[in-house]
Amino acid sequence: MSDRLLLATRKGLFTAARDGTRWRIAGVSFLGDNVPMVLSDQRDGFLYAVLEHGHFGVKVHRSRDAGATWEEITAPVYPKMPEGVEERDPWGKLVHWRLEHVWALEPGLDDESGVLWCGTIPGGLFRSTNRGGSWELVRSLWDHPARKQWFGGGADLPGIHSVCVHPHNGKHLTLGVSCGGVWITTDGGETWNCRADGMRAAYMPPERQYDPNIQDPHRVVQCRAAPDHLWAQHHNGVFRSTDGAASWHEIKGVPPSSFGFAVAVHPEDPDTAWFVPGTSDERRIPVEGRVVVARTRDGGRSFEALRHGLPQEHAYDLTYRHGLDIDETGQRLAFGSTTGSCWVSNDQGDTWQALGEHLPPIYCVRFA
Amino acid sequence: MARVIFTRNLQRHIACLPCEVRGTTVRTVLDAVFAHNEAARGYVLDDQDALRKHMLVFINGEQIHDRIALSDPVTDDAEVYVMQALSGG
Repeated sequence: MSDRLLLATRKGLFTAARDGTRWRIAGVSFLGDNVPMVLSDQRDGFLYAVLEHGHFGVKVHRSRDAGATWEEITAPVYPKMPEGVEERDPWGKLVHWRLEHVWALEPGLDDESGVLWCGTIPGGLFRSTNRGGSWELVRSLWDHPARKQWFGGGADLPGIHSVCVHPHNGKHLTLGVSCGGVWITTDGGETWNCRADGMRAAYMPPERQYDPNIQDPHRVVQCRAAPDHLWAQHHNGVFRSTDGAASWHEIKGVPPSSFGFAVAVHPEDPDTAWFVPGTSDERRIPVEGRVVVARTRDGGRSFEALRHGLPQEHAYDLTYRHGLDIDETGQRLAFGSTTGSCWVSNDQGDTWQALGEHLPPIYCVRFA
Repeated sequence: MARVIFTRNLQRHIACLPCEVRGTTVRTVLDAVFAHNEAARGYVLDDQDALRKHMLVFINGEQIHDRIALSDPVTDDAEVYVMQALSGG
């Protein structure tokens, strides 16, 4: 099991380590700065931290020594807009070709040394082949006419928050887009298709609710051992695909609510998945102030609400889409909250131990 | 030569010492600065080379008008201040 955990927060990047039976904060980088995303690349040990300065924009830093020292590297940059072009989203909002936010950062396959994928707001996917030394916008997706129909979900402008690299084929990517459904390429990004049939958008008028390109999957994850099996925590429900996103079906009865942002799937068992529910779209707090994790072990036919070790009174922790992670073994999980709490479980969620309760708002939790 | 001074908040992230450069507009002045300090460009300008949303530039105490093309004129003895806007948090 992984004994090291990275927490990207509103006020720095924290490293937690297991010390005997307890977890403790072992270090912090970029203290005071907004760190929305972190990646620990298991292929070469490099760490990547994304900083988002309110005034100075989005920056990417890289460490070769587990966070002891950092170097700033190139951030993805959108190409110059053609002269005279003005782009607007379906609601009429101006879409500037400029990096607003890094919403996903994922490594390529083991044999794709140095390849990184970066999903962003306002909806561009970037690829690096040299560990972030340079980035290239994937124009085939950016120039796709349907991309211009995407609109903001959770942010003013649309964005790519989930990049699932098929474990056997680095050219096969599955993207989660808010709001733009699920997009797939099987040829390394030359062609793209929206694959969200079966998803339902309760926030749209009836005739548009099943339109794939307006779906808001808050997070999409893929089972490593069974990559045709995907789970999505959607804006208004939980959805699952067992055919590589060709079709999705809604999973009902998630206790205590099917609203939330985060989802994790067991790396070996596609039927086992975890969620961190909130009350609802219009009330983004735990149901009755009690933090729980919902777990299914049978593909969504039944769920357990796991709460042992989690606060059950006046707790208003919300977990964002990158705030839940599972380690390589599928035994250990961790999740962090908007109110600076983080919990770790060594037994697939049966029991939880608090790692910290007064940390800054946590955006991304990742085992290293 | 115009004198260019950067906000202290920027110094926390990247070296950006006061300097004197030649230029007749905000664009040419900043280009002259970034020619010797390319890493600073992305902290002040966005992907389209416009002034970042929450940055401000003053010439002799007057805020510039053209945040996109940066065409405001700069005289030879001007002081150009590159500051952060409080709107950025």
